[in-house]
Amino acid sequence: MIEVKNIKKVFGDKTIIEDVSSVMKAGQCNLIIGASGSGKTVLMKCMVGLFEPNEGEVLYSGESFTAMTGSDKTEIRKQIGMLFQGSALFDSQTVEQNVMFPLNMFTKDSYKEKLRRVNEVLERVNLVGANKKFPSEVSGCMKKRVALARAIVLNPKYLFCDEPNSGLDPQTSLVIDRLIKEITIEYNITTVINTHDMNSVMEIGNSILYMYQGNKEWEGTNKEIIFSKNERLNEFIFASQFLQDAKDMRMLEETGKISGDRNMEELLDKDAPILIPPPNEE
Amino acid sequence: MFSRPENAKMYWKELMHQCTEIGFGSLGIVAIISVFIGAVSTIQTAYQLVSPLIPPSTIAHIVRDTVILEFAPTLVCIVLAGVAGSRIASELGNMRVSEQIDALEIMGINTKTYLILPKIIAALLMIPLLVAIAMALGIWGGRLAGVASGIIPGSVYDKGLLEFFVPFNVIFALIKAYVFAFIISSVPAFYGYYVKGGALEIGKASTKAVVVSCILILIADYILSAMLLPSAQ
Ligand SMILES: Nc1ncnc2c1ncn2[C@@H]1O[C@H](COP(=O)(O)OP(=O)(O)OP(=O)(O)O)[C@@H](O)[C@H]1O
Ligand SMILES: [Mg+2]
Repeated sequence: MIEVKNIKKVFGDKTIIEDVSSVMKAGQCNLIIGASGSGKTVLMKCMVGLFEPNEGEVLYSGESFTAMTGSDKTEIRKQIGMLFQGSALFDSQTVEQNVMFPLNMFTKDSYKEKLRRVNEVLERVNLVGANKKFPSEVSGCMKKRVALARAIVLNPKYLFCDEPNSGLDPQTSLVIDRLIKEITIEYNITTVINTHDMNSVMEIGNSILYMYQGNKEWEGTNKEIIFSKNERLNEFIFASQFLQDAKDMRMLEETGKISGDRNMEELLDKDAPILIPPPNEE
Repeated sequence: MFSRPENAKMYWKELMHQCTEIGFGSLGIVAIISVFIGAVSTIQTAYQLVSPLIPPSTIAHIVRDTVILEFAPTLVCIVLAGVAGSRIASELGNMRVSEQIDALEIMGINTKTYLILPKIIAALLMIPLLVAIAMALGIWGGRLAGVASGIIPGSVYDKGLLEFFVPFNVIFALIKAYVFAFIISSVPAFYGYYVKGGALEIGKASTKAVVVSCILILIADYILSAMLLPSAQ
């Protein structure tokens, strides 16, 4: 579990993150959503300690990470895996060497043992046979998967993914999303994901934090988000008419009414609701 | 600033890698430059020594001394600032911009120890070695040119090399090489490590790193000569 308490981050005279608090639970995907530039990456970097927050603290399993120094911080960091927005693979190393790097650094296993683990995680992310390729030789989606493999190779307790599916086609994004979700549940990881992809939100958003210009605007689950009355959030998630239709369709199914003054016949002509999962599937 | 390594083997590997990059990566250019510098020194020294009163073997020890004192350490290091320095700056700059340094930090690795220290140590090990090679090749280049152009016979040149030899000159040159090696590795590492922005900034940082290193080398050259050479005191 990760707790974020009253985080504030200022760059120069610009406040990028303003008093954000939240709790991110283990075994589920905790999403941070928001428009481009709303401070998702900065918030995540404050959480992992790449940026020093100006105010507030971050607690890992109840212990204040912000207050830690030196070796204690290093201990926590060894339990953190992170997938960067741009993958951040070491481009002088092959896929295999990239994934093996944390093992080389932090374990005393034999080469054979390490190779077995590398192949295991590469298989986990559906990347068999790419071992000897260099990052410059693989596609964007493969890079993300290699980066994900590298992030999980040491069995992290905390997994951070900064836009795991930006720049990927919807189908591949879904594959990555599901993969992250599976791994999260399988190993009971506290996973934090930055995204502005609504597909991911609906697919894996057990817990969602909506950022608006550096502030926490809304918090809830993917079940609640569609019915949220928060105007800014609605503007963000129902950006397209298509999604707006989907929402109305869902409301129609549930309540027999639709919002505002929309024409029911007109709406029923469309076949929108495919993106919305059925309510109460649990 | 630097802390104890996690897994010493990885750091050793990185050090060896940097030694190869800096040492072998620059060997070719250093060899070419030194041979030509030696050759040109012989011809130009001969041109300046027109008096029949001066024995031709003098050419050999003038070439020897200028190569050892100035050309091998300073000129070679200025070239290395361009070759190795820009490589160091752009490698680190690229790692910074593409978040590879952040990725290492997240893993709990001290990136200064892992990325910068091996480069500085490798430079301190390899650059004096390159300078020593440059001395030998420079003097040999001088002999080649002297013989080829008929300025000085090989045997006279060899004899001249042994005249008035001051071993301290070699030590002085190596002291310079160590100081320059530190400049060549640390200045570009600083500029590369702290790059902000994108590809354009990496280019700018590496240009700046080279310019600053060269100027620092020249200043250090002057200070060391003024401090350590007896005639200047
Ligand atoms: N190192 C930095 N120095 C100064 N300002 C920064 C820095 N990093 C980010 N910012 C600013 O912080 C704001 C939020 O940036 P951030 O990268 O967190 O956005 P984001 O929500 O991740 O957007 P995106 O979805 O495009 O990745 C931006 O206005 C950006 O200019
Ligand atoms: Mg971002």
